[in-house]
Amino acid sequence: MDNLFILLLIPVLSACILAFVKNSQTAKWIALVLSLIQVVATVPFLCNFVPDASMQFESTFTWIASLNIHFHLGLDGISLPLILLTNGLVPLIVLTTFGKTFKGNFYALVSFMQAGLVLVFTALDAFTFYVGWEIALIPIYFICALWGEGDRICVNLKFFIYTFFGSLLMLIGIIYLYHQTPNGDFEWASFKALQLPGGIQRYIFWGFFIAFAIKIPIFPFHTWQPDTYTNAPAAGTMLLAGIMLKMGIYGLFRWLLPIAPIGTQIYGAVALVLCVIGIVYASIIAFQQNDAKRLIAYSSIAHVGLISAGVFSIHIEGMQGAMIQMVNHGISVIGLFFIIDIIQQRTNSRNLSELGGLAYRMPILAVFFLLIVMGAIGLPLTNGFIGEFLLLKGIFSTNVWYAVFGGLTLIFGAVYMLRLYQNTMLGTLHAEHIQVKDVQGYEVLVLGIVSVFILYLGIFPNALLKLSEASVIQLIQQIK
Amino acid sequence: MGAIITLSLLAILVLYLGLYNAKGALLPVTIAGLLLALGFEISLWNTDATPLYNGMVLFDHLALSFSSLCIIVTILIVLLSKEYFKAISDNVAEYYSLILFSVTGALLVCSYHNFAMLFIGIEIMSVALYILVGIRKRDLVSNEASLKYFIMGAFSTGFLLFGITLMYGATVTFDLEGLKQYVIANPQGISPLFYAGILLILVGLCFKIGAAPFHFWTPDVYEGAPILITSYMSTVVKVASFAGFLRLFSTVLVPLNDFWTPVLLTICIITLFVGNISALMQSSFKRMLAYSSIAHAGYMLFAIVSLGADSASGIFTYATAYSLASVTAFGILIIVKRKVGSEQFESFNGLAKTNPLLALLLTIAMLSLAGIPLTAGFIGKFMMFNAVMQDYHIILLVLAAINAVVGVFYYLRVVVNMYFRTQEENSKVLIPLNYQLVFFIAAALTLLIGVYPDFLIQLN
Repeated sequence: MDNLFILLLIPVLSACILAFVKNSQTAKWIALVLSLIQVVATVPFLCNFVPDASMQFESTFTWIASLNIHFHLGLDGISLPLILLTNGLVPLIVLTTFGKTFKGNFYALVSFMQAGLVLVFTALDAFTFYVGWEIALIPIYFICALWGEGDRICVNLKFFIYTFFGSLLMLIGIIYLYHQTPNGDFEWASFKALQLPGGIQRYIFWGFFIAFAIKIPIFPFHTWQPDTYTNAPAAGTMLLAGIMLKMGIYGLFRWLLPIAPIGTQIYGAVALVLCVIGIVYASIIAFQQNDAKRLIAYSSIAHVGLISAGVFSIHIEGMQGAMIQMVNHGISVIGLFFIIDIIQQRTNSRNLSELGGLAYRMPILAVFFLLIVMGAIGLPLTNGFIGEFLLLKGIFSTNVWYAVFGGLTLIFGAVYMLRLYQNTMLGTLHAEHIQVKDVQGYEVLVLGIVSVFILYLGIFPNALLKLSEASVIQLIQQIK
Repeated sequence: MGAIITLSLLAILVLYLGLYNAKGALLPVTIAGLLLALGFEISLWNTDATPLYNGMVLFDHLALSFSSLCIIVTILIVLLSKEYFKAISDNVAEYYSLILFSVTGALLVCSYHNFAMLFIGIEIMSVALYILVGIRKRDLVSNEASLKYFIMGAFSTGFLLFGITLMYGATVTFDLEGLKQYVIANPQGISPLFYAGILLILVGLCFKIGAAPFHFWTPDVYEGAPILITSYMSTVVKVASFAGFLRLFSTVLVPLNDFWTPVLLTICIITLFVGNISALMQSSFKRMLAYSSIAHAGYMLFAIVSLGADSASGIFTYATAYSLASVTAFGILIIVKRKVGSEQFESFNGLAKTNPLLALLLTIAMLSLAGIPLTAGFIGKFMMFNAVMQDYHIILLVLAAINAVVGVFYYLRVVVNMYFRTQEENSKVLIPLNYQLVFFIAAALTLLIGVYPDFLIQLN
């Protein structure tokens, strides 16, 4: 049962089944069951995983023989946490849609996207990776554009074209590397062994970096993100922020750093500065937002900026922090977007100036919200703390000033997150919100699960850190 | 050779069928004949290819694969035309017969081994088309398109003939093998006439494939012609011309690539930009496809710019992907036009609500044209990029990437119209059985090539 193809097969088959389900009630249950099967199928990989630096569960078959392309999958300490994140979050995201009436086609797109994500996180062949990278884009485009709100058509076209452009630059880089390999193949291992001269690595660095930076998004490639997040349906935003942007950070780990180590040494500092600018810039904008969803979108830019800065610190703490914070951010952001969605469902508003005092009517929600906000700010004993601590420590050892500015996220984050909490939950209750009901049923279940993970990873971060440690150390040794 | 003889006889037979009013038999006989021709092509696959009839034609893998592609695409188009031509013209038999003559010409262009055959092939292919473009004889636009195509076509043939003559003047032969020997034997002393000949032939062929700056006829002719003829011109004619292009350059002109590469590179870049940027501006779906076909010619030129061992398979894969997607797109346009009466993007509004399957099929075709993975178009584009990378034309690749992004913009436009916009009138259109068949074949092949392209790539 520990062949990685299973993890691709299940979502693809799920998508095929779900595409034909018309009834929304049936569809959501089938989607939930199928995504839980995927969770069960993931368990053996976690149990049999040996936390060392090696590639495990490798399986390969020849895909396009004439171009020497192999369908090569494998897991190591860097990809496993992301596989766990993907397969763990999808059932949660499906569960958050239980109050809505999506037909089977919605869930089919979600499953299809899951397949693309799993492919990205396990591919060890650059061509396969690229296919997964693009495949994940199509379903999310349709999810956001079909069920979104506002100016969804233009916004999502911008998103699609933006990311597609980045991908094509990466594709050119991949084809270039293919022609450099001694045997003419797309294997990750042969790309890694290339050791190109520095002059060429500069170009390779930018080709890959722009593709990943658009996806993450790193300043100044972030302009698609706030609009797309805001206009997407809640589940779409969760997929985008919770899982999809990790594709970019994973790409930095898996492809950019090993292939272009000299390029990273030359331009890593530039990338780091861009990340830090993004942190400060997005935080300042987040202050000003009145739309709660947009506020979290901007806060997300700040958070992933910090994570990427940690990666470019090329330091064990920074990179380990990035690994754990990727998972943490995924969990927290889902909780946050779900709470905003609940509030919007109950009050028909996300506008901070129209909300207030909801804690009186929704005490259970208020407790969960507080916990999730604490996690996002990074208070001790919540998951965000250890991640941000490690990240800042890593960045600090590269340059004190980057750490100082990066550290502003903690303060800024506390300000805008608490402002968000205060303006929605505290203060005076508006008259038209007297009737709102507290969270119940599946909503409590989702928020409960999210909270459990926030506390668990806050208290036992080693569970995750252990998985990736050996792989990250090996990566750093290879670069230096 | 069997295929060419079969098709010529078939075309005459179909004319007689029309004469004796056997209208019901036209389609089955045409399809059966085309399938027979296809069988002849396939049966030659494993035989040794030697030039036949004093070196006039050569049925090597390049010729056979491109000929088969032309025949298959023609079958798909003929299947679509069952009801189509009854509605616009009385001369149904002539229509089938002309298409068959045109395919015969296309096969000759795919398999020529002598400039005389290239010229005859191009003429047979084009003369039939001059008539087909104007087959709606009471329609002014159709007439204009026909006249325009005829005049421009005659001009370009003139260039081609000039080129052939000059080459003959330099080498005293029309035979490709003889020309090749001449180029190899005189590495230094190649006559200036020969170089002038290359340029003139290049102009003639670029006209046929619709490459900029020789593309000005394409949009008007494509728009004026009946939709099915447009789809025939933008697929079969283009595929055959590319085969001819490729054969000339890969057998004869490889050693002279220092001379023609800069010229072709310039044409290639202009074609990409002109095609894509003009397509971006269009409000008519048909005109958008016409301009995008120019852009696709630009991508296919990549393989000729960087001639190599896998150029043939690259162009073949790209041409297959492009033809399948184009036939689907034009076919769906016919259905939509029949319902709404317009070729504008807006006529696709809300198609996903009324005909989800049709919308899905068109989406697959558009994604394939845009080059998204798991569709045939991506494999084609990938192979083109790969070919160009062999010579490290990285600037060209970056320009191509920018163009691909522009392409996504206008291909997604129709997807946006189908899925995200609505229309008041919400009646479902009935899709005739033959259309369903063609769409399913095209979509299945598109996905199959996208997922498992190996069988296609290894053909050449």
